Amino acid sequence: MKLLTGNDLGSGAVTWWTGNGWSIHVEDAADVGEHGEAILHAEEGARRVNAPYIIDARTTADGPRPAHIKDRIRALGPTVRTDLTLKPADPAAGDWII
Amino acid sequence: MYKYDHYDQALVDARVAEFRDQINRRIAGEITEDQFKPLRLMNGLYLQLHAYMLRVAIPYGTLDSRQMRMLAHIARKYDRDYGHFTTRQNIQYNWIKLEECADILEELATVEMHAIQTSGNCIRNISSDQYAGAAADEVTDPRPWAELLRQWSTFHPEFSYLPRKFKIAVIASPEDRAAMRLHDIGLELIRQDGVLGARVFVGGGMGRTPMIAPEINPFVKADDLLSYLEACLRVYNRYGRRDNIYKARIKILIHEIGADEYRRQVAEEFAHVKTLGIDPPLAELERITAFFAAPAYDAVDVETDRSDPDFAVWLDQNVKPHKQAGYAIVNISLKPIGGIPGDATSAQIDVMADLAERYSFDELRVTHAQNIVLPYVAKRDLYAVWQGLRDAELADANLDLISDIIACPGLDYCSLANARSIPVAQKIATRFADMDRQRDLGELKLKISGCINACGHHHAGHIGILGVDKKGVENYQLTFGGSGAEDVSIGKIIGPGFDEDGVVDAVEKATEVYKALRQGDERFIDTYRRVGLEPFKEAIYG
Repeated sequence: MKLLTGNDLGSGAVTWWTGNGWSIHVEDAADVGEHGEAILHAEEGARRVNAPYIIDARTTADGPRPAHIKDRIRALGPTVRTDLTLKPADPAAGDWII
Repeated sequence: MYKYDHYDQALVDARVAEFRDQINRRIAGEITEDQFKPLRLMNGLYLQLHAYMLRVAIPYGTLDSRQMRMLAHIARKYDRDYGHFTTRQNIQYNWIKLEECADILEELATVEMHAIQTSGNCIRNISSDQYAGAAADEVTDPRPWAELLRQWSTFHPEFSYLPRKFKIAVIASPEDRAAMRLHDIGLELIRQDGVLGARVFVGGGMGRTPMIAPEINPFVKADDLLSYLEACLRVYNRYGRRDNIYKARIKILIHEIGADEYRRQVAEEFAHVKTLGIDPPLAELERITAFFAAPAYDAVDVETDRSDPDFAVWLDQNVKPHKQAGYAIVNISLKPIGGIPGDATSAQIDVMADLAERYSFDELRVTHAQNIVLPYVAKRDLYAVWQGLRDAELADANLDLISDIIACPGLDYCSLANARSIPVAQKIATRFADMDRQRDLGELKLKISGCINACGHHHAGHIGILGVDKKGVENYQLTFGGSGAEDVSIGKIIGPGFDEDGVVDAVEKATEVYKALRQGDERFIDTYRRVGLEPFKEAIYG
């Protein structure tokens, strides 16, 4: 599957295209299929996202999992500050990234 | 310390107002990201993995307690309660919001701080010796010269769009504590027949093509220094490559045309530049130098009570001799075992500010090794300082030992990184947590970069680690034999890379080889240089 991701223009937070908007939670991300480029240009033009790009991911029981470690780190937060991740109470969060 | 005059303050205030307007125009959609990006970079604002990152300049690593407290305040109010001290003697905040950035810069400006020229293809923050003004071996205080260079290079109209970024270091001691020859320009202030001047080294650097700067001029009189540097930059600005980012640094230009030809061109340009009257009048130099007068020393020399064993270890490892009797230089390690190299919480930053105000004539330094220095501590106060640091978990006695690791933010934060640096640093430090073991190994400078850009100075590590992406998996290459000190050298890759745990094991094996082969007081790097790579390779790969 293909995901569209970027950073929020104002806050800089990592965001994921959900099909009709943006979410900071990767589990909300939708498969953009072949439409990624078109959505990317429209959303960038509308200033709803900064530096967007399309990534490969696979579907899992817990939702989409980005193919590259870099995007998995973006999805949850730094592996060395689990208190700052989006799932600070989840001891398995680190395993999901690595 | 230098204090802004009204020109300095007006310059910074105007820049804040200008950038606020640019941010507002970006948020309003009047300019695109492509248009905005070079503007935000000129103000130290990056977009990293998780958020915007703001890099705040700490000129030549020197700041006072008021400024240090402001750094803590920024961390507390606008970030996530911590900051990261960098190998450029700056501080970075990792979780900045674009819409708050101008407010941050406005607050910084109230204490004579900014983020100007902490990014972009311009002359970056001037770096220097963290012991400046306190070192027994310095021929003069390098800070007035670093300040002069800061003023010369700030918004220099000719050098705002260089082929690539440009880094300058100034030292004034034979012992190089600033990796001077691994800069685009390295200056070593010296005296020749009583006349102050500088040895000028040009074309050093790390990154994907590490090079040690050759000496371009053995002695440039202090009176001519700015003109000479102007000539050095002009030749680079004219002939440095702009067609290929990987070949755009001055080190590549000098490598391609040769040091002799570069020297000839600089001499020719200098003859012209010298007629322009760039070098400051004596009165201006004296005005700047007056800000760096020695503090009002009043302590008598005392014998330090070493009866507390933990204090005694810290004293031996982190406290260095001072040029003034009765005083010492205190190094504060930001490398707790298992911690993140260079990170400090706002509370810790406040503690360091308080200690500086009370015990170090209100002054602190940031080191390129991502530690903090209190440069003027009376020996009578050392125990009190140590107690204050200990209570804030800042009293790790590991300066220059294997756990005093330089590490870039790596893939945990940086959009350029290929692999994580910090977890490797944490695992190595934890493996060698035992202080007796660390001290037995002695000086061992270990440096980790998460990509070839080498922000973690791995090329200059006695042991260097470079993180690479091997088909989507983190992999770590080991280098041995680097040094950023006066015995400068570039480390060599020892063989195939390792996974995260494998590289920790390999480092441990290397230390065992060192322990088996060392002679007398040899450091790790001395033994490596004497015996060569083979015994280490055999132990690691055999």
